[in-house]
Amino acid sequence: MASALGAQPFAQDAPEDFFGKRATGCVQEEGFCPDWIADNYDRYLDPFFQHVILTVVPVAIGFAIAFTLALIAHRRRWLIGPVAGFTGALYTIPSVAFFFLLQPLTGLGRTTAIVALTCYTLLIIFRNVITGLNAVPEEAKDAARGMGLTDRQLLWRVELPLALPEVLAGLRIATTTTVGLAALAFLAGGGGLGAELDAQKYFKSNVAVAGGLCILLAAVLDVIILAFQRLVTQWQRAAAA
Amino acid sequence: MAEGGSGVIDALAFLGDFGDAIEFIFKERESTSKGVMVGGLSELGGFALTHMLVSLVAMAVAIAIAVPTGLALGHKGKGEFLAISISNVGRAVPAVILLFFFVAFIGNGFRNVAFVLILLAIPPILTNAYVGARQVDREVVDAARGMGMNGMQIVRGVRLPLAMPTIFAGIRTSTVSVLATATIGPFANLQTLGEPILSDAIYGFSGQLGGAIVVAVITLTADAGIGLAQRAVTPMGIKLAEEPQAKRRWMSLPTRRREAAT
Repeated sequence: MASALGAQPFAQDAPEDFFGKRATGCVQEEGFCPDWIADNYDRYLDPFFQHVILTVVPVAIGFAIAFTLALIAHRRRWLIGPVAGFTGALYTIPSVAFFFLLQPLTGLGRTTAIVALTCYTLLIIFRNVITGLNAVPEEAKDAARGMGLTDRQLLWRVELPLALPEVLAGLRIATTTTVGLAALAFLAGGGGLGAELDAQKYFKSNVAVAGGLCILLAAVLDVIILAFQRLVTQWQRAAAA
Repeated sequence: MAEGGSGVIDALAFLGDFGDAIEFIFKERESTSKGVMVGGLSELGGFALTHMLVSLVAMAVAIAIAVPTGLALGHKGKGEFLAISISNVGRAVPAVILLFFFVAFIGNGFRNVAFVLILLAIPPILTNAYVGARQVDREVVDAARGMGMNGMQIVRGVRLPLAMPTIFAGIRTSTVSVLATATIGPFANLQTLGEPILSDAIYGFSGQLGGAIVVAVITLTADAGIGLAQRAVTPMGIKLAEEPQAKRRWMSLPTRRREAAT
């Protein structure tokens, strides 16, 4: 199969290193076998739930950190540059490298994976919260101040609700990005669907199921946040009308 | 980060794992499994060369496809849905998964890794080229048309220069993710800098860490370098006009730039 694509200097190794079950012809040829998938789907359940944890926990922690930082930076504007610069640098470090650079500090395991994945969510969420808060119309704030709202009330009752669509857009981006990056978390000993992908990477059925589950997870989480966003903006539209 | 030659390697001992990893980058050693020599500048240099070559090829092709397409769509004012939603689709199918699909269903090697990287690199550039061409003031375009410029001349002489900062922001985003993703090349038997990182049986932990350091340094350097280039290609007029909000540059990372799309 691989050789059919012509000169590929590094493509010497054929699918010999397959070490899973050798049952029927289809499986032996490492093809796409619906029967095998139907029989073996349960082995993907654990990695799938690990993947869910590897996505939800970093996004939750990252949201808590980045949201707090953004609220602080919203008051003290000079902090925006340094925080964006620092989280931007974290974002730039390649994930594969990050998983290993952390290991002298946090060892091999899920913690390392979660720390690294959390770092990647920071910039996205921070940037969107700040953008959202900046986009709040000056008139709305003036009106609120005129009604006697304190700064704190202004933030929680006027600015944040109006910034919510942008904040949730950031959350969506962070979530789908994290699902993809979590596919490499097995390098840090974090498990997840990436481990299944790598274990039998030439077995089409395996790649189709594990890869498909990743994409499905990204899509489902995205839709959940989008639905929540719709719910919230509906309330907003009612208020605006 | 301290990057010494062979003379200072003893002094690296206090850095622990990191010192060991830096030593791996500069000095050959026996592999953990067999009696082969691994590490050192010559071997890592080869990996780095493959790494940068595949990234460069992917970026060149992606730019050649995405910039003209984005500018043309932006000029015509068509295909907003395509230009904006293509980056959302790109995020839903991560490059890692795409590479695994390629390995299983199509095959290994340089060309396939380059192809995955091209697919990864196109969306940010296309979206930004579209937004960049779109956000040019209507009056500016009308003035150019009044001076007798045709569509092609307007795209090349007016929209392209004014969209340059935005396009470069997209190129920067793409370059960073391409360089980062090229690290998983060894999954498709392409020996990029991911080789010492992913084959721990041969290279050991210091090889993994050493490879990771080199990848991180290359990516951060490329990011900073393109940042400077972005500054250099920005037309003087834009620089002057944007001076008060220069601190907004950090927002030009990936994702939706809806606020600019109107």
